[in-house]
Amino acid sequence: MHTQTPTKSDTAQLPQLHLPRNDGMELDMDWVARVQANTSAIERRAATLPGRRSVKKQFQAAWLCKAISCIDLTTLAGDDTAARVQRLCAKARQPVSPELLDALGMTGLTVGAVCVYHDMVETAVAALDGSGIPVAAVSTGFPAGLSPFHLRVQEIKESVAAGAKEIDIVISRRHVLSGNWQALYDEMRAFREACGEAHVKAILATGELGTLRNVARASLICMMAGADFIKTSTGKESVNATLPVTLTMIRAIRDFEARTGIKVGYKPAGGISKAKDAITYLAMMKDELGDRWLQPDLFRFGASSLLGDIERQLEHHVTGAYSAGWRHALA
Amino acid sequence: MTVKDIFETMEYGPAPESSAEALAWLADRGGIAGPYVNGKWGPLRDDMSIHNPATGERLAGMTKSTPEDVGAAVKAARKAQPAWAKLGGHGRARILYAIARLIQKHSRLLAVIETLDNGKPIRESRDIDVPLAARHFYFHAGLAQLLETEKPNHEPIGVCGQIIPWNFPLLMLAWKIAPALAAGNTVVLKPAEYTSLSAMVFAEICTQAGVPPGVVNIITGDGDTGAALVASDVDKIAFTGSTAVGRLIREATAGRHIALTLELGGKSPYIVFDDADLDSAVEGLVDAIWFNQGQVCCAGSRLLVQETIAEDFHARLRRRMDGLRIGDPLDKCIDVGAIVDPVQLKTITDLVDAHPEGDHHVAATPLPATGCFYPPTLITGLSPASPLMQTEIFGPVLVGTTFRTPAEAVELANNTRYGLAATVWSENINLALDIAPKLTAGVVWVNGTNMFDAAAPFGGVRESGFGREGGWVGLSAYLKPKTTGKTLKPIAPHSGSGGHDGLDRTAKLYIGGKQARPDGGYSREVYSPKGALLGHASLANRKDVRNAVEAAAAAKGWGKTTGHLRAQILYYIAENLSARAGEFANRIKDMTGKDGNKEVEASINTLFTYAAWADKYDGAAHGVPIRGVALAMREPVGIIGALCADDAPLAGLIGAMAPAIAMGNRTVLIGSEAYPLAATDLYQVLETSDVPAGVVNILTGSHAELAPTLAAHLNIDAVWSFSSTDLSETIEKASSGNLKRTWVNNGKSRDWTNPDADSFLPAATETKSIWIPYGE
Repeated sequence: MHTQTPTKSDTAQLPQLHLPRNDGMELDMDWVARVQANTSAIERRAATLPGRRSVKKQFQAAWLCKAISCIDLTTLAGDDTAARVQRLCAKARQPVSPELLDALGMTGLTVGAVCVYHDMVETAVAALDGSGIPVAAVSTGFPAGLSPFHLRVQEIKESVAAGAKEIDIVISRRHVLSGNWQALYDEMRAFREACGEAHVKAILATGELGTLRNVARASLICMMAGADFIKTSTGKESVNATLPVTLTMIRAIRDFEARTGIKVGYKPAGGISKAKDAITYLAMMKDELGDRWLQPDLFRFGASSLLGDIERQLEHHVTGAYSAGWRHALA
Repeated sequence: MTVKDIFETMEYGPAPESSAEALAWLADRGGIAGPYVNGKWGPLRDDMSIHNPATGERLAGMTKSTPEDVGAAVKAARKAQPAWAKLGGHGRARILYAIARLIQKHSRLLAVIETLDNGKPIRESRDIDVPLAARHFYFHAGLAQLLETEKPNHEPIGVCGQIIPWNFPLLMLAWKIAPALAAGNTVVLKPAEYTSLSAMVFAEICTQAGVPPGVVNIITGDGDTGAALVASDVDKIAFTGSTAVGRLIREATAGRHIALTLELGGKSPYIVFDDADLDSAVEGLVDAIWFNQGQVCCAGSRLLVQETIAEDFHARLRRRMDGLRIGDPLDKCIDVGAIVDPVQLKTITDLVDAHPEGDHHVAATPLPATGCFYPPTLITGLSPASPLMQTEIFGPVLVGTTFRTPAEAVELANNTRYGLAATVWSENINLALDIAPKLTAGVVWVNGTNMFDAAAPFGGVRESGFGREGGWVGLSAYLKPKTTGKTLKPIAPHSGSGGHDGLDRTAKLYIGGKQARPDGGYSREVYSPKGALLGHASLANRKDVRNAVEAAAAAKGWGKTTGHLRAQILYYIAENLSARAGEFANRIKDMTGKDGNKEVEASINTLFTYAAWADKYDGAAHGVPIRGVALAMREPVGIIGALCADDAPLAGLIGAMAPAIAMGNRTVLIGSEAYPLAATDLYQVLETSDVPAGVVNILTGSHAELAPTLAAHLNIDAVWSFSSTDLSETIEKASSGNLKRTWVNNGKSRDWTNPDADSFLPAATETKSIWIPYGE
C-alpha cells in the first residue's frame, strides 16, 4: 500500500478511503452471548509477546517511523488555548527534526492526526491546512459521556461542521455495566449516523467496563453498530490502554472481519509513552491481525508523550549516541 | 533494505543474540565436553562431535565415557556420599542456594549455549529453561533446609545414576540433581548425547558453589555410556526419556534392589470444549505443541475439539500457524527453532510421511534453506485408530479429532497407553473441574498448558512412567525409610498325612464377590506344624488371575466413592473380623503353631488405621507462581496385585488390602502360600461387610507361579510383593510390559503389627497436579 509521499498532501495519512466503511449490521445477541475472554490466558499471551518479538537497527527505526505515522497527537486539557493547539499542529507536520528525517530517508513523515476538543477543531483545521493531516475531535460529552443524549449527538454534528474528519465518541459505560446491549447498539448507531462522512472511533473506556468479557462484548456491539475504529480509553480513566485489553479488542476485530469481511480499525489510547511499547503494540497488531492493520487508516496510537521517546530513539539510531529530550522540539 | 522500504513492508528483520561469548567459553575449555568427576575435568577426548542443529556446524568434541570412566565416577560419588549426607540439611541448603544464584549470574551464557546445542529458540532458553532451572535449586535449597524436621524417619538412598534427555538439557539436569542433592544423595549424571554443553557450564557452577568433589559427577557419552551407568553400582536410577529406553532400564535394573523413577513419553490430549475462549485455546496450542519444536514429553499433541466448534477452531488454528516464525534459534524474534538433530528430523519426517490420512495443514511460513527444521503441521480428521493418534511423534506435529460430549472427550483422551499430561479448555468451571480428575494423566492444565514449577509435582501414569519430580512428593523419590527389615527365609508349607476331622470344608477362590472354584481344578492339603490336616486350599492359575483382574476392572466405581464410604466399609470389616477374632486366632495358631491373638488384633488395628486415613490423606494446594492454584490430588493407582506375606497370613493380607482399598484401589491379593486358610476364611467377613464385588479378590496358590502373570498383566497398575519367596527380580522384569509400578520387599521382612501408613499410602496413590489459573 502506498501511503506517505512528502510532496502531495492529498495522499496523506488518513482516512484512506479505499477500504469499504463499516456500515454495521443488525445486533446479533447470539454472537454477543457466545463471547468468551479468558483473562489469565490473555494476560499470558500479552506478557510473552514482548519476549517473542524484537526489531533491531534499521528495522527498529522503520517501525518507530511507522508508529509516528499512526499517532493521533493529542491535547485534551482544560487549559488548551489556540496557541497551544497551533504548536501541536506544527509538531504534527514536523514530528521529527528535518535533519533526522533526512538521515532516515523519511522526509515528509507526519503523524496520523491531531486530536482535540470541539472548541479547538477550527483552530486545528486551520493550522493543518494543506498538510493532509486530519483533525479528530473527541465528542459526546467526553470523557464521561453523561451529558444529555441530544446534546451529545449535536456535539458530533457541530464538530463535523467545524471540519473534524474523525470523531472519537465515548460509549455509555452504564449500558455495558447494566447489560443493556440494545441501548449500547442504538446509541452507537445514532452517533455513527450523526458523523456522516466523518469516521467514528468508539471509545469503550475499558478501564471502567469491569471485565475483559465486557470489553469483548462492547467491542462487538460497537462494530455491529457501525464503528470505524474501536478505541480503548479516553486517557482519563485510572486504567487506560493495556496489552490484554488490546488483545481482547483486536480479536473481536478479527472475528468481525471473519464474519463480515469488514476491517475495523483499532486505537489504544493512554499510557503508551515508550518507543518500546509502541513496537510491542505494532507487533501485536501484525501477529494477531496482519500487516494491513499497520497502516494509519486501521491503527492509531492515542498518545501525547510517546513521540518524544521515539524521537530520542531515532536520533540514537542515526548517531549511535543516546539522545537527550531537550534536543527535540516541543509539541 | 532502507528504512523507507521497511516502513512499507513492516518486516521484522533479524534480531540475533550473539553467540560470541558462548563460543569463546567453549574454546577456552579446549572445545571438548567431557566428564566432570570428583570435581575435576577429564578425560577429554574428541570421541564424538556436538553440532549446532540450526547450522550443522560443529560446536565441540565430546568424550564418550567408557564403562571404566563411569565406574570411576560412581566410585567418586560413593566416597563422597556419607560426608554430603552428614553435612546436614542446612549445609546442603547453603550450597543449593549458591547454585541457584550462580545459574542466575551465568544466565545468558547458559541460555546461549543451550540454544546453540539444542536448537530451541533463545526466548525459551532465556525466559523458560534457565529461570525454571534456577527456581528448582532455590526450591530444593528450601526442602534441604526443612528435611530433617519434616522427614525425620528418612535417609538418602545413596548414589543416584541419572540419565536425562536432549529436549531440556539444563532443566532436566536441575530436576534430577536438585532433589537428589537436597536429600543427601550424590549423583552421576549423564546428559544426552546431542546436548552435553550446558552440563559443562553447570559443572563449573558446582565448583564455584563449593559442591564438594564427588557429590556431582557428570559423564558424557552416548547410549552405551548410559547403559554402563545403568549397569553400575548405583542405588537408584532416575531416567527421563523415551518409553522404549525406560522399558530397557526397568528390565536391566530388575532384582538389583535399585530404586527407579521413569519419566517417559506421552501423547497428551488437548481438549477444547465449545464454551472455551477459542482464541486463547489456539494460542495455548502454540505453547503446547510448538514450544521447543514439539519435542516435549508432555506436549499437547492430540487435539480433541468439540464437534460444534471444530471447523471454526481449526480455521483459527491454521491462521495462527501461518503466522509462526521459524528460523535461527538465536534470533529473538522467532517462535520455532531447529529440531535437535538430523536423526530426529528424519524420525518425524518418516512418521508423518508414512501416514497420509487426514487433512494435513503445513504452516504457510518460510523455512530456513539449511539446518534441521520441520514446519508446524496440523493433521485433522483422524480417528483414534490412526497410528498418528497413538504414536508419540516428538516434533511440531499436532494431530486431532473431534468429540460430541464431555463423556466422549474423556473416553478419547484416555484412549492411550500414555498418561503424562492433559489440557482442558472451558469457561465452565463445573465442566473443567469435572473433567480434570477423570483424565488419566499426572498433570492436568485447565485453560493453559505447559505450566511448570518446582512446587508442583510432575510425572506420569501408565507408560509415561512413575515417580514425581517437584514438591515433597518428588523429594521422597530420593529418600528411603531408615528402618529395614530382616532377611526373610522362605516359608514352606507344613506337610502331614492325617485325615480330616469333622465335615469337609472347601476353600475356593474369591473373585468378583463370589467364591469360585479354581480354573485348573487343583487343590492342595494344608497341614498344621504337627502334620494334622487343616483343610484344602485352591491352587489358582493364570486364568484365575485373569478372571480376578476382570472382576477388579469391572469394579471401577470404587475409585469414585467417597473416603467416608470407604472408611465405613473398612470399619465394618474390622467389626465383623472382631466378632470372629477367636476363630481367626485359632486358625492362625493351627497353621503356624504361634499364638494368633496378637495378629488378629494387629489386623483390626490396621483396618482402623486405614479407615481413619480413607478420608484424611488429603491432597494439597501448591503455591505456584501464577495467579491461580495447582492442586495436588491423591488418586488411586488403579488395580493393585499383591503377593501377601507368608509369615503373617492374616495381618499381611489385611496390611496390603486395607491401605489399597482405603485409597480407592481395587485389589487382587494372593494369600500366604504356606498358610492360606486365614485368607480364605476372610471371604465370609468380606461378604458380610458390604465390600462391593470385585474390589477385593483373593487367590491362593504358588507365589512363584502367579507372580509373573500378575506382573505382566497389562491391566494391573501396580504389583506389590511381600512374599517370603524373593520374587523381586521376576516382578520388576515382567512389569516392564505396561511399566506398572512395583513395590517389592527384596527378600526383607516387614513388621505387620505396624500399619506403616508412611510407606503404604504413597504406594497406594498417584499424585495428580491440576493447574487452575483464574482471574476475570
